[in-house]
Amino acid sequence: MLFTSYEFLLFLGIVFLLYYIIPRKLQWPFLLLASYLFYFIANPWYLLYIMATTITVYLTAGAIERKKENFKDWYNSQKKQLDREQKKLVKEKEKKKEFHLLLLGLLMNLGLLAVVKYTNFAIANINSVFRLFGGNEISFINIMVPMGISFYTFQSLGYLIDIYYGKYKAEKNPFRFALFVSFFPQLVQGPISRFHDLSKSLFEQHKAEWKTISFGLERILWGFFKKLVIADRILPAVNLIIHNTDTYKGGFVLIGMLFYALELYADFTGGIDITIGTAQTLGIHITENFKRPYFSKNIKEYWKRWHITMGTWFTDYIFYPISVCQPMLKINKFSRKHFGNVIGKRVSVYLSSFVVWFTTGIWHGASWNFIAWGLGNFAVIMISQEFEPLYEKFHKKFHISDRLYYRMFQVIRTVLLMSCLRMFDCYRDVPLTFRMFGSMFADFRISNFSRENLLSLGLTGFDYLILAVGLMILITVSLLQRKGSIREQIAALKTPCRFAIWYGLFLTVLVFGAYGIEYDASQFIYNQF
Amino acid sequence: MKSNIKDNRKTKQKDIEPKQSKLNKIKWKKIKSKQIFAAILSIVLVLSGLWLIQALVMPKYMHGIVEGAMIAEYYKEDKNHDVIFIGDCELYENISPAVLWEEYGINSYIRGSAQQLIWQSYYLMEETFRYEKPKVVVFNVLSMQYHTPQSEAYNRMTLDGMRFSFSKIKAIQASMTEEEHLIEYIFPILRYHSRISELEKDDFTYLFHKDKVTHNGYYMRVDVKAAGTVPKGRPLGDYSFDKLAYEYLDKMTALCKENGVELVLVKAPSLYPYWYEEWDRQMVDYADRHNLKYYNFLDVTEEIGLDFQTDTYDGGLHLNLSGAEKLSRYFGEILQKECHLPSRQGEKKLEESWEKKLELYYEEKKTQEEQLSQDNNL
Repeated sequence: MLFTSYEFLLFLGIVFLLYYIIPRKLQWPFLLLASYLFYFIANPWYLLYIMATTITVYLTAGAIERKKENFKDWYNSQKKQLDREQKKLVKEKEKKKEFHLLLLGLLMNLGLLAVVKYTNFAIANINSVFRLFGGNEISFINIMVPMGISFYTFQSLGYLIDIYYGKYKAEKNPFRFALFVSFFPQLVQGPISRFHDLSKSLFEQHKAEWKTISFGLERILWGFFKKLVIADRILPAVNLIIHNTDTYKGGFVLIGMLFYALELYADFTGGIDITIGTAQTLGIHITENFKRPYFSKNIKEYWKRWHITMGTWFTDYIFYPISVCQPMLKINKFSRKHFGNVIGKRVSVYLSSFVVWFTTGIWHGASWNFIAWGLGNFAVIMISQEFEPLYEKFHKKFHISDRLYYRMFQVIRTVLLMSCLRMFDCYRDVPLTFRMFGSMFADFRISNFSRENLLSLGLTGFDYLILAVGLMILITVSLLQRKGSIREQIAALKTPCRFAIWYGLFLTVLVFGAYGIEYDASQFIYNQF
Repeated sequence: MKSNIKDNRKTKQKDIEPKQSKLNKIKWKKIKSKQIFAAILSIVLVLSGLWLIQALVMPKYMHGIVEGAMIAEYYKEDKNHDVIFIGDCELYENISPAVLWEEYGINSYIRGSAQQLIWQSYYLMEETFRYEKPKVVVFNVLSMQYHTPQSEAYNRMTLDGMRFSFSKIKAIQASMTEEEHLIEYIFPILRYHSRISELEKDDFTYLFHKDKVTHNGYYMRVDVKAAGTVPKGRPLGDYSFDKLAYEYLDKMTALCKENGVELVLVKAPSLYPYWYEEWDRQMVDYADRHNLKYYNFLDVTEEIGLDFQTDTYDGGLHLNLSGAEKLSRYFGEILQKECHLPSRQGEKKLEESWEKKLELYYEEKKTQEEQLSQDNNL
């Protein structure tokens, strides 16, 4: 059920009404029911996958928790009789057992994810090798990839790892845990929530409050604006350019790249706005996933402001554990000894970052394009990290780091750099991406930007006008957001002004949105991950 | 002394309190009524804004493709017709109610629209019976060949013009293609919002009113395009009409019976789309079984006096004015004799109404003929 479909709006309307009508203690069980129904409508078979993840993670987390408690009781009763060495030994032994349980949970779920999402990718690669040696090729398997599996699997595994580290107690009620995994607004494209962030508002009782509901609805409307007025309107041009590489070379590649940057931003952040807004209308708080990422001055900052929950997930559950694991500590020691402190200390950081960006890439999709995209990010971040002292010297010498024009240069540079890397998302394969990147410079003609050529991209002059105004609104809102919540600012206005803004936004979406029979209803890009 | 002052104050306060609470009540009432007024004003503004935009973006069908404006025209009519024609272009381009009135005193109206499917005809009939009970309903059977939704554009031309009713909802549900949504019919702004970039002068001219595009449902064309040789229809695997088409025909038969209206089936004398012998036999059988009248005018083109060199404007698909008048004369006699429809000429109000209609009819005929002769001279 697409967030921008009539069916979703109807579903949401019914859920909303019933949610506030039923006794409050039944609110969260009702949400579980609604979430499962939402998933069932998408495809009844999907339920099996999400239930498998829910059950395995719930049981494993419960087992780890019980083990921890049993050990704590036993340890408290025995610790007087144990010496220091013995204490250390039993703790290590216990940790190992817990780790085995964690490993079991991780393997079961990552295994499931790997089978449904990466089997055909693996077969394609094996076949490529077979082709080299003239062997028989393996046929692809026909397997469905459940909607949002990457999101809910990572969310569940984050919970499991937190339980392992004892960050909080495991949820005892399996149905409450099931709701945490399947809460319908965030099921399809995240954000990847943490249990301690989401659980409080998810399970507490909510009464209908004007402010919460109106703020939620405003956020949903804003999401619709981004998705329907901007992302879906620019989509035909992006598709035309990236699927017709023989025709659209040179300057067109640059146009396609910039259009895709705008489309992806409006699509993904719009989807998250709808998610957060939907949850808010139900009184539930979901962690923010974006913080004006296109205003970042470098890529490192960009990744702290774009898809924040994914970034922190990879940092907390992959980067840090790998950085401090025994083999990595040994590598660190070895490299410091043999290459000196300057190079040696970088080895472990480089290796951990490499793993993080490789997995980030493959998490986005089972293709070499995404792996190349992830590694491209890794390379750019590492290089800019190495150049940082040089930048600092430059800034100190010329005193320009606080100047507006230099900050603007940094922002534009970051946007262009990220857009270049995103070309891997667009084109069919990695070699083609490189070719098109080369063509952007080699075949560049200023005439590519002529009125005639721009109008041949499947967009009319009216479309360009709407996109230009839409973009200006996006930038203005982003600038205003720096002063604080836009919705709070609107709420402080007089009623007629508030009303005019809401109504204006509603009419804009209604009239200028690219929806209905004349447009192809487009799936949110991140729904595919 | 002090206690006296205190007492005085107390008594004064006692006097003031009820006054103040009264004032508060008045103030509260004022605020409340202000809020109610503001809420009502907001709702009115929101709804009228939406209505205005919707009216602006809806296609007007005033020039060029005018078929989309036909269904809505019926509601402006006085509902006391003797005959209602329900069906597709084979009726609204082939029958002239003006001739039926002038020559037989039959007051008729065509509820026709482009590619009107049989379920649409049925629901239009159901809706019509809520407004009036004519003596005869004439249904053109060409649409028996369809049993699935066909095209959104044609659906729109039939359904958008219908007034909101359960019949309309049912007609929409029966007609929708896969990519269509009921809500887009209920709130057409959801369908037509993209027209905002294509608005033309007509969209503003006809924002609040529409001109008539037909003469009691008849779409007039005076130009001529002779028919060439008519090829035989390509053989079909199965000539049987689908059970869904029969289901709706049965419903029509039952509905007419319930309402005491005579149902007459016709096949207009259009050369295309090809009307197979096998189809015709099924209609003859059906009419026999249900004791209905069925006229296939393709069999009597000579009796009617149709000449497909001069009486069609598009090579035999539809009749032009000359052909439609011939067919109407022929059919008028049948209606009068076999359906026993007496002439209503002499009814003052009806005569007055038809006088105006005929004036417009002949005026348009003249305009079109002049235009045609100008085009021919060019």
